[in-house]
Amino acid sequence: MTIWHVAEGVAWRTLKNVFTNVSLFLPSLIFPLFFFTAFAGGLSAVDRVPGFDYPPGYTAFQFCFVLLQSAAFGGVFTGFGIARDFEYAFAKRLLIASPNRSGIILGYAIAALVRWTVTATMLTTVALIVGMDVIGGPVDVVGLYTLALLVNVAALLWASGIAMRFRSIQAGPMMQMPVFLVLFFAPVYVPLSLLTGWIEVVAHANPLTALLETARGFVAGDPPHVLLAFGVAIGLGLAFALWAFRGLRSAEAAG
Amino acid sequence: MSNVFATQVGALATRGITRTMRQPAMWVPPLVFPTALMLVNSGGLESATHLPGFPTDSFLAFALAVPFIQGALFATMNAGTELARDVQIGFLNRLQLTPMRGSALLAGQLGGVVLYGVVQAIFYLAVGFVVGVDFAAGPLGLVVLLLFSIVVSLGFGALGAGLALRTGSGEAVQGMFPLLFVFLFISSMNMPRNLIEQDWFRGFATINPVSYLIECVRSLIIVGWDAEALALGFGVAGLIAVFSLVFSSFALRKRLTRT
Repeated sequence: MTIWHVAEGVAWRTLKNVFTNVSLFLPSLIFPLFFFTAFAGGLSAVDRVPGFDYPPGYTAFQFCFVLLQSAAFGGVFTGFGIARDFEYAFAKRLLIASPNRSGIILGYAIAALVRWTVTATMLTTVALIVGMDVIGGPVDVVGLYTLALLVNVAALLWASGIAMRFRSIQAGPMMQMPVFLVLFFAPVYVPLSLLTGWIEVVAHANPLTALLETARGFVAGDPPHVLLAFGVAIGLGLAFALWAFRGLRSAEAAG
Repeated sequence: MSNVFATQVGALATRGITRTMRQPAMWVPPLVFPTALMLVNSGGLESATHLPGFPTDSFLAFALAVPFIQGALFATMNAGTELARDVQIGFLNRLQLTPMRGSALLAGQLGGVVLYGVVQAIFYLAVGFVVGVDFAAGPLGLVVLLLFSIVVSLGFGALGAGLALRTGSGEAVQGMFPLLFVFLFISSMNMPRNLIEQDWFRGFATINPVSYLIECVRSLIIVGWDAEALALGFGVAGLIAVFSLVFSSFALRKRLTRT
């Protein structure tokens, strides 16, 4: 049994659980749509603020944020499932049965990716239906979704590291809150140049800002920090991979 | 109110408050989360105050109204969940073996919720003063704001209690939370209604009662004394309270009959 067999089994089970349980699947689908509606609909006047210059318009401006947010929370929600598996002792049986335990993390990552793909498809469809303007070309669009995909994987690895260390769903806020804060400390509502005060300082230091600005740049056809954004996304992914695999070792040691 | 009834209400209110205080997860998030969201939103949307017609030059002052309503939603859902737990673990059944009146149960539950609502209001006001928000309506406005918080807490508290008694399930009460969140976000919480450009969003915000609750608090903070906003706010909050009290009374009667 190779690492792929383990990954395939874990991914299949996780996806079956998610897609056959409305209470698990619906929130990860509805909440991004809801945030998109609330921000793009309720705050569309913000694009008339002096200095706001984003040619595709405010709907596209918010779409990029919500796309990255859905990617991050797709990973975190899958982390909740890992914690639940540990709490109900399923993960113990999984650890015993898996000859290659790295496949467990890979399986959860594949499940998070598939789960987010459904959410992203729905979100993109709704955004296009309500008239979102995309100026960037096919390469930019590929860049946008690749960046979001990397965010999804990084968030999953972060959440699985927490889940495998605490092995309880009570660690849910520890998975969720830092992601929520990092996302909202980026320039969510207006470009970085229009931020003032403490949030400007925080947003400048926030690594997610480069990702968000580049995502918005892809939609506008003029991405500003492609290398930096992908560097940050891949760097976070690698760091959290180390965090997740050490978490797995911790779970193994706990028995 | 007889002495016996007052004693019963006091005992149940004390139990509810003590139980809440012993679980920080029940009372910390309703204080911290709305405050954090307000600070983050007001930092990000400060430049929106440059829009022509925006009613104030401080988005923080504009946004300070939101935690009052958001916090009330949080707290009352939590209180409803606790009451549902009482149903689930059989506390209500045991209570029926005592001379305790059903109405005392509801009054005790709501007493605790209202008291916590006042604590929340004072906390948000203190945060507002610390971050430098001027309170346009002055000291009398603070009293009116606390009174408003009591009516809002009573309304949402009775709604949470009614749901708990009707369903007897904490999960069902928590299941209402996303719906209340929708009401909060698709309101005038981040933008005055006259500046919302999307017709459908402005339409929903206009028929959404949460908009009037937020605008009532907001008027006291940034306008001063706005009779229309106050009348609409107190009117909507009063209607919610009356509806919720009737709903929860019927739910209680049915629940006690069942048990």
